[in-house]
Amino acid sequence: MPGLTVKGVRIDDTFAEAFGMRATALVITADSARWARQAAVTMTGMATSVIGCGCEAGIDRELTSKQTPDGRPGVRVLLFAVSTAALQQHVQTRVGQCVLTSPGSACYSGLEGEESLRLGDGLRYFGDGWQISKRVGAKHFWRIPVMDGEFVCEAAAGLTKKAVGGGNLLIIGVTTQTTRAAAEAAAAAIAKVPDVIAPFPGGIVRSGSKVGSKYKGVSASTNDAYCPTLRGAVKTALDNDAGSVLEIVIDGLTSDAVASAMRAGIAAIVKLGPKRGATRIGAGNYGGKLGPHHYYLRTLLP
Amino acid sequence: MTRLTLTLRQRPGQRLDLSPLVPHLLAGKSAHEIERIELQTTRRRVAVGELFRLRMGDAGQICIEGSCERLDYVGREMTGGELLVEGDVGIQAGRLMTGGRLTVRGNAGPWAASGMKSGMLEIAGAAGDRLAGPLPGEIGGMRGGIVVVRGNAGERAGDRMRRGTVIVEGEVGPYAGARMIAGTLIALGAAGPLPGFLLKRGTIVLGCGCGALSPTFVDCGVHQLLANRYVAAMIEHYSKSAAKLMRRPLRRLAGDMAVLGKGEIFLGNGTKV
Repeated sequence: MPGLTVKGVRIDDTFAEAFGMRATALVITADSARWARQAAVTMTGMATSVIGCGCEAGIDRELTSKQTPDGRPGVRVLLFAVSTAALQQHVQTRVGQCVLTSPGSACYSGLEGEESLRLGDGLRYFGDGWQISKRVGAKHFWRIPVMDGEFVCEAAAGLTKKAVGGGNLLIIGVTTQTTRAAAEAAAAAIAKVPDVIAPFPGGIVRSGSKVGSKYKGVSASTNDAYCPTLRGAVKTALDNDAGSVLEIVIDGLTSDAVASAMRAGIAAIVKLGPKRGATRIGAGNYGGKLGPHHYYLRTLLP
Repeated sequence: MTRLTLTLRQRPGQRLDLSPLVPHLLAGKSAHEIERIELQTTRRRVAVGELFRLRMGDAGQICIEGSCERLDYVGREMTGGELLVEGDVGIQAGRLMTGGRLTVRGNAGPWAASGMKSGMLEIAGAAGDRLAGPLPGEIGGMRGGIVVVRGNAGERAGDRMRRGTVIVEGEVGPYAGARMIAGTLIALGAAGPLPGFLLKRGTIVLGCGCGALSPTFVDCGVHQLLANRYVAAMIEHYSKSAAKLMRRPLRRLAGDMAVLGKGEIFLGNGTKV
């Protein structure tokens, strides 16, 4: 694919195609940063892709005790789904099973949205009649008695319909080690961008997929055009020097946040250079017909 | 723009109804129109111009100077803006307020903040009986907003309160939080006998304990609850000492078991029940 070269890294003249999603942000706090992180990691587990998990979730950032509503250390997590109903269901089950259960935890809305999702309003029934509603100023929260005291949970969480899912970078390198180094550098840079998550393990996915399969009932299958071991056997997208490909998928609360994250990722890969990192950066799309958001790599260069 | 100031010329010969003198009712009125507003509560008519010296300004910020306890219904049904009163006020100050900020730099009579829905009422001195409570025949008391009394409050503070927050930095009389339906009542000083009488839901916090406590409240132990710390952060701006109390370990008593029993009294004076 024709493109341009920045500091020795070839950048395809293509675009990442992304979709509109529904998203919410939650702030989880605990007595210590360790337990806030634990609750956040547990509740965002097995949430890499809406295809198999129903939602995509991850940690946006850690918060100091000065940045949280109750003055304790916390973590802000983001959850994305394709519909409000799906998002509502996953917020309810994940907070109910993973945050409510975590020692000393509390959960608050992390987003002022145009609409809202039920948070404590749904979980309060766990209190079996002993739950207490409190409204102080503009805040409405529930106190649910639990075995270590009380679970404090804000009644509702903000919802945004302007979220974007599926921003991506394809990172192509000569060896698995150098490609992974480039992907790690990009993932670390993206983690610092606010309002985005990279939901795959460590922010990186090694099994990028294409739509459909030769098998009936399989909706997605391996992206053979980017599999280095099939380079000669299929219509490949890879050059002769490509030995490994990794992808970073980005979900953001806004389109701008996704663009910022992609820009930060490209800058980190370019900074590492082709010898220690990736030789080429691409992006995944479906020809531009499916997703309304297009992120052209040439507009996101460092 | 400077605020609109009304200075009381002398103690009025009758009780006055100050409810027309709120920001939304004075907005857009000329000095002449304001001076013609009648405030009498008897058959003898008196207008603003006879009672007050008027200095025009922004009607969104009203100041009443030289007030006395004969001025009733100050800030009634106020919807927004600011109303500052220098001196005492009579009955039902801030009743049915739905917004804005009413400050009384003096004492308030009974039924202050009665049926208040939103906004803020601050009383620098003492409040009379039935602070935030309903009038006879009404079902609910205060329904929202925040009331801060820097001095003491009389009997039945927070009576039949449904929502909102009342902070009394001084003492409260007997039956504090009686028949409360929900909401939060915090008293830093000592409380009279039988707080939370027939309390259904809601939270009463008594920093220095109380007189006789109904046996229908049951001890649930001493706890330092996150929910109280969270409330502390929200009320810090209004009362630092109340926020400090909420962050302390408090003894929780559940009740009133004579009725629904979903309410609670927190005692700040340690282990004594």
